[in-house]
Amino acid sequence: MKSVPLASLMLVALSNVAVADSTGKISGNEFNPAISLILDAQYTDIDNSELELPGFQLGGEAGLPDNGFSLGHNELTISANIDDKFYGLTNIAIVYEDGDTVVELEEAYIETLKLGAGFTAKGGRFYSGIGYLNGIHDHAHDFVDRPLVYDAMFGGHLIGTGVQARWVAPIDTFLSFGTEVTTGSEFPGGENEDNNQGLSFFVKTGGDFNVSSSWLLGASYFESEFDVREAGGHAHGGDEDEADNELLNGEVDVVGIDFVYKWAPQGNAKNTNFKLQAEYFVKNEQADVEFTEGTNSAEASYDGEQKGFYIQGVYQFMPAWRVGLRYDHLEANNSITNFVNSGIDEEEFLEESGLGTAGDPNKSSVMLDYSPSHFSRIRLQYSQLDNGLEETNDIFTLQYTVSLGSHGSHTF
Amino acid sequence: MVDKMKLTFVVSLSLILLVPQAFAKVNVFACEPEWKSLVETIGGSHVKVYSATTAFQDPHHIEARPSLIAKTRQADLLVCTGAELEIGWLPLLLRQSGNASIQEDEPGYFLASDYVERIEVPKELDRRDGDVHAGGNPHVHWDPNRLITIANALSQRLQLIDPENEFFYQQQFIVFDERWKKNIVRWGKKAAVLRGKKVIVHHKNWSYLINWLDMKELGDIEPKPGLPPTSAHLARLLKQTRADQPDYILLANYQNPKGARWLSKKTQVPLLSLPFTVGGSKQATDLESLYDEVLSALTQAH
Repeated sequence: MKSVPLASLMLVALSNVAVADSTGKISGNEFNPAISLILDAQYTDIDNSELELPGFQLGGEAGLPDNGFSLGHNELTISANIDDKFYGLTNIAIVYEDGDTVVELEEAYIETLKLGAGFTAKGGRFYSGIGYLNGIHDHAHDFVDRPLVYDAMFGGHLIGTGVQARWVAPIDTFLSFGTEVTTGSEFPGGENEDNNQGLSFFVKTGGDFNVSSSWLLGASYFESEFDVREAGGHAHGGDEDEADNELLNGEVDVVGIDFVYKWAPQGNAKNTNFKLQAEYFVKNEQADVEFTEGTNSAEASYDGEQKGFYIQGVYQFMPAWRVGLRYDHLEANNSITNFVNSGIDEEEFLEESGLGTAGDPNKSSVMLDYSPSHFSRIRLQYSQLDNGLEETNDIFTLQYTVSLGSHGSHTF
Repeated sequence: MVDKMKLTFVVSLSLILLVPQAFAKVNVFACEPEWKSLVETIGGSHVKVYSATTAFQDPHHIEARPSLIAKTRQADLLVCTGAELEIGWLPLLLRQSGNASIQEDEPGYFLASDYVERIEVPKELDRRDGDVHAGGNPHVHWDPNRLITIANALSQRLQLIDPENEFFYQQQFIVFDERWKKNIVRWGKKAAVLRGKKVIVHHKNWSYLINWLDMKELGDIEPKPGLPPTSAHLARLLKQTRADQPDYILLANYQNPKGARWLSKKTQVPLLSLPFTVGGSKQATDLESLYDEVLSALTQAH
């Protein structure tokens, strides 16, 4: 059974016309796309709002929340079938921070519906298919904050503008391959002349152990070459000049594996369920470093290997109530050679460029959340973040995340 | 006129081109066991059916699991309830499957509830009312008359997808129609004693059955569709139960029994935990035996 006769298609098309006519409606708003609005805010009690992970240059949206009240990502998602061939989606985050409202285009893509034979292609701006959590928006995560490894490796999420192709194998065990070519200009990539240096591959496989439990296993690869990558160095105190921290002529690659296990009695997740997930990434990058602070500067060659993982379990022990535990761990091994001092000594350079390693940053979190309905969630979380310098940062968060409008589907 | 001729030409040409191809079994992805059973009844040995859910799962809350993507990838025909019952997972399966022939506008996409009138269509949509379905109550397989309409549409769809066995699917529907009409008369006699009986349900998934048998629904254990019972709601329900004296509390056996058990214990109103669909009990091996079992349970408890 492969093809449906063309004649049948035509018959169906004709009968559809008849049905549509019988309603006799003429109006412009029947084709409204699905609209969903996420509202997200939190109260945080935190020792230090500045994220420092020695050995990791931070980029993208990596960071910690402000002390006190703050807004998260309030997001608007609009999606619909464009026609019989394409589906389209856009996700716009509206972020309010330090008195400024910033509109961020998180995703805006079209995707094919009818390539068939297991193929799907996507184009535009989208969350990369690598990893498990990368493609899932923050509001659908099980903790207030992203795993540390996502902030350290990808600046939150690996986002690309470009094209993606996926293929699902015609077998009973889920097996899917995907590849992407993107600008590669966003962290951990950087500006590149051709704007097409991002390349990724991913493979995912999964299935059911039995009626109550299922699994998903993935492997990913991402690489990019860049001319310039800016990493905001942190200036200490207000009196110093803003530091300029650049990687030049660099290349970066990340490999990762991810695993998810879900259990629900009889496959009925509504009352009780359990979810275990873990991801591990290794990043390699090389570049020339230029660090400037006022009139002083330093130059060096940089070759870094950074690893990180997290493991988390979330248990819904009764309808609407869940508890979760997560452990995050990072490890950096950077080598700095050809150091040239023009007013900044090596120790200062290592600290301020973010490339100096010191211990293994790690974080332990526990959360409790309550979802009165499908559309609202209130969450309490405590995290202890150790930046590897034996400075612990205690973070208490109370958060709400709600969704208005259309009922989105949830990925596994 | 010219267009018609053109169409006829294309139709004949495509039939000529396609008929010689030997069709393997039609690979069907059913969202719920009731549709798996109906497809097997109409399709017989010409179909191979997989059900995405079991009778012990709540079809509102299914995850778009990897195994389900793998199955949708291979399906020639998708048979689901529709009316937004599967909205939390089916659209995702469709988009991830890479399967062109089961997308929404294709013959391989069949929603049972599209072919029948739905009851309890909300007049206004407000999330304060819980997990309401804009398209009305989706649990249409509990009305035997609607099932005949759906079986007819399904038979036609199978004829369209697998024209080689057109005659077979036609015959199977005729057999089903006759048998089912006899059953409706038989069940009607048996269930005459149930007319006017008052029931409390856990969730509004028995509404078509209650309508068909002229029973009366007094209330729901869920305060709003899809929401777990609260103690305040149960307290109100207890008061109402004591005042109105319902005959049964109905629970689909995949649902959380806590609220229903508590109410039954407090009020001595019998609690019936029933299979909601095919496979929900040892006896319920197809739609007919499912109806037999549930009607027996109701009439015996009476």
